[in-house]
Amino acid sequence: MLEIKDLHVKIEDKEILKGVTLTINPGEVHSIMGPNGSGKSTLSQVLAGRESYKVTSGSITFKGKNLLELAPEQRACEGIFMAFQYPVEIPGVANTYLLREALNSRRKYQGLEPLKHVEFIKTVKEKMKNLKIDESMLNRSVNEGFSGGEKKRNEIFQMQVLEPELCILDETDSGLDIDALQVVADGINSMRNSKRSFIIITHYQRLLNYVVPDYVHVLIDGKIEKSGNKELALELEEKGYAGIGEQLQTAS
Amino acid sequence: MSVDIEQLAEQEYKYGFVTDIEQDIAPKGLNEDVIRMISEKKNDPQWLLDWRLKAYNHWLTMDVPKWPNITYPEIDFNDISYYAAPKIKEKPKSLDDIDPELKETYDKLGIPLEEQKVLAGVAVDIVFDSVSLITTFKEKLAEIGIIFCSISEAVQEHPDLVRKYMGYVVPTHDNFYAALNSAVFTDGSFVYIPKGVRCPMELSTYFRINAENTGQFERTLIIAEQGSYVSYLEGCTAPKRDENQLHAAVVELIAYDDATIKYSTIQNWYPGDKDGKGGIYNFVTKRGRCIGKRSRISWTQVETGSAITWKYPSCILEGDNSIGEFYSVALTNNHQQADTGTKMIHIGKNTTSTIITKGISAGFGQNTYRGLVQIGKNAENARNYSQCDSMLIGDKCGAHTFPYIEVNNSTAQMEHEASTSKIGEDQIFYCQQRGLSAEDAVSLIVNGFCKDVFKELPFEFAVEAERLLSVSLEGSVG
Repeated sequence: MLEIKDLHVKIEDKEILKGVTLTINPGEVHSIMGPNGSGKSTLSQVLAGRESYKVTSGSITFKGKNLLELAPEQRACEGIFMAFQYPVEIPGVANTYLLREALNSRRKYQGLEPLKHVEFIKTVKEKMKNLKIDESMLNRSVNEGFSGGEKKRNEIFQMQVLEPELCILDETDSGLDIDALQVVADGINSMRNSKRSFIIITHYQRLLNYVVPDYVHVLIDGKIEKSGNKELALELEEKGYAGIGEQLQTAS
Repeated sequence: MSVDIEQLAEQEYKYGFVTDIEQDIAPKGLNEDVIRMISEKKNDPQWLLDWRLKAYNHWLTMDVPKWPNITYPEIDFNDISYYAAPKIKEKPKSLDDIDPELKETYDKLGIPLEEQKVLAGVAVDIVFDSVSLITTFKEKLAEIGIIFCSISEAVQEHPDLVRKYMGYVVPTHDNFYAALNSAVFTDGSFVYIPKGVRCPMELSTYFRINAENTGQFERTLIIAEQGSYVSYLEGCTAPKRDENQLHAAVVELIAYDDATIKYSTIQNWYPGDKDGKGGIYNFVTKRGRCIGKRSRISWTQVETGSAITWKYPSCILEGDNSIGEFYSVALTNNHQQADTGTKMIHIGKNTTSTIITKGISAGFGQNTYRGLVQIGKNAENARNYSQCDSMLIGDKCGAHTFPYIEVNNSTAQMEHEASTSKIGEDQIFYCQQRGLSAEDAVSLIVNGFCKDVFKELPFEFAVEAERLLSVSLEGSVG
């Protein structure tokens, strides 16, 4: 589904990603862990199409298409969703309004008719119930005055409504209390199936207790230094990133 | 932003076509003879001719106001024709009698006259260049005593009302453009709501400038008697032309005890092209007197058109407990300039005013809010709340705010908030990531920014305003 080959990325003049290679097949859950500044968020932003990040070499293909040639909205319409680390506030724009625009934008891209209002509301309300989101949130402005936890839950809610094929969660767990974490994890787990893939970017192993990944990758200084299964996350928890770094040094 | 400006085909101004119709046009220039000619064409009574001439002679002594924050080449007032009318043998009695060419014009503008007839809820007065073509629902409204007609007709049919109230709010010598309008005004709308009557439908006037090298000078006069209510809306468009055209209107509102007038404007005059060529110069005087106790005048304006906009819809709060409101969205894109705002003059006790303005500047647009809140010495417990927000799109545009506050009574409560923000790349990217194009994202964000004003518009017009804002913003993302 997603194939990243030897990806090098610069922001301004600083190289952040220094040759990332990663293949994600349909239905897989990949977790990317790493210390601050290792390039985790850069990777997610590049996948989503943020322009300030310059790809200097390497390639990304998504469902056989050259992702780097697509505008951010085209990527979204192709089925890439990113849950933002810092969801943006849009005053005066109702949550439902953005969501319906987003959904219909994708349907239009797929050559489908816009969803009827009644059906849309039905879908939305059902998803809200699962995420324990109050219905009053539908008419509140996008993320405005939301608590940190509400914002993150709103991201998952949007993800559920838009039903993307590749979900990128950028530190969705940070700033969540244990109950909210559980709700968010349930939201993610309920979407797992053989066709949908996930990239979960996180600092901590905590979320991975609830959402069990198929693969764990450790990103250090712009490179994937180690890949493994969920055990690797536990090992990281125990030894820290410095421990992994040492291991690597010893090995080389 | 990831949208290449080259890819964004500049959205043409949709209403820029010209109607090919035989015209009756006055020669260019302004002098007493021209005024007499207009007066004759309008079949004015003597008092009105005298009124015009007095205004004209006063106008000759006045200077163009220099204080607005706008720049434009000097207007040659003798290079303008002050009267243009489609040649019509007889004033149409029903919609069926209207020239098909004109009918088609309004179809293109999205105001199918036929449909209006069926479309319950809105009565329309259609003003084409210097004349009112037709007013719908007139008879139906007359049944409950409401007068809704062109001002020309009112002069003939209701001379006492017109004579009493014309100039009652905006005197002929009020300002340069009001004096000019008083001398040469040709048509406009007249509304009279009798005591205790709630007008059952929206009243609206649709202004269209068509002829070349002409100015449009209309007057609107609305009188709401004790305990009455009316909601009125005006819309405006003009063809695309390389020359600038002048529009100088006067609107007067009068509200007696417990009366409410809600006046909404969607101004979409031709704004000029992307290099700033052509466009309407819009110099308008709008003012309302809340004469009665607990009376209320509410102005809502969405200003997206015109090369230059100069207008300050104001309220004079004379009656105790009267209320004045001003809600405004002003958008300047490309080379448009707007200097707009309001005056709230508190005279009576316990008077309240609210000002909410949203200025959006894109391209090379310059957007100025200018407002005055004045609390008179007898205005005990007057209150004002002002909120003036500006949004910038791009880095070549400007936003300016000039709020004036004069308080002469220590019991006044004043609140003023102002903000200026740049449209966030983060906000745009967030929307794009959800599947919206950068253009749609900007439009969504700007519409959100304007929501507090749009919610004051009658529903159908709020939808129209949102759409108009999106169109006006096209090409602003690059």
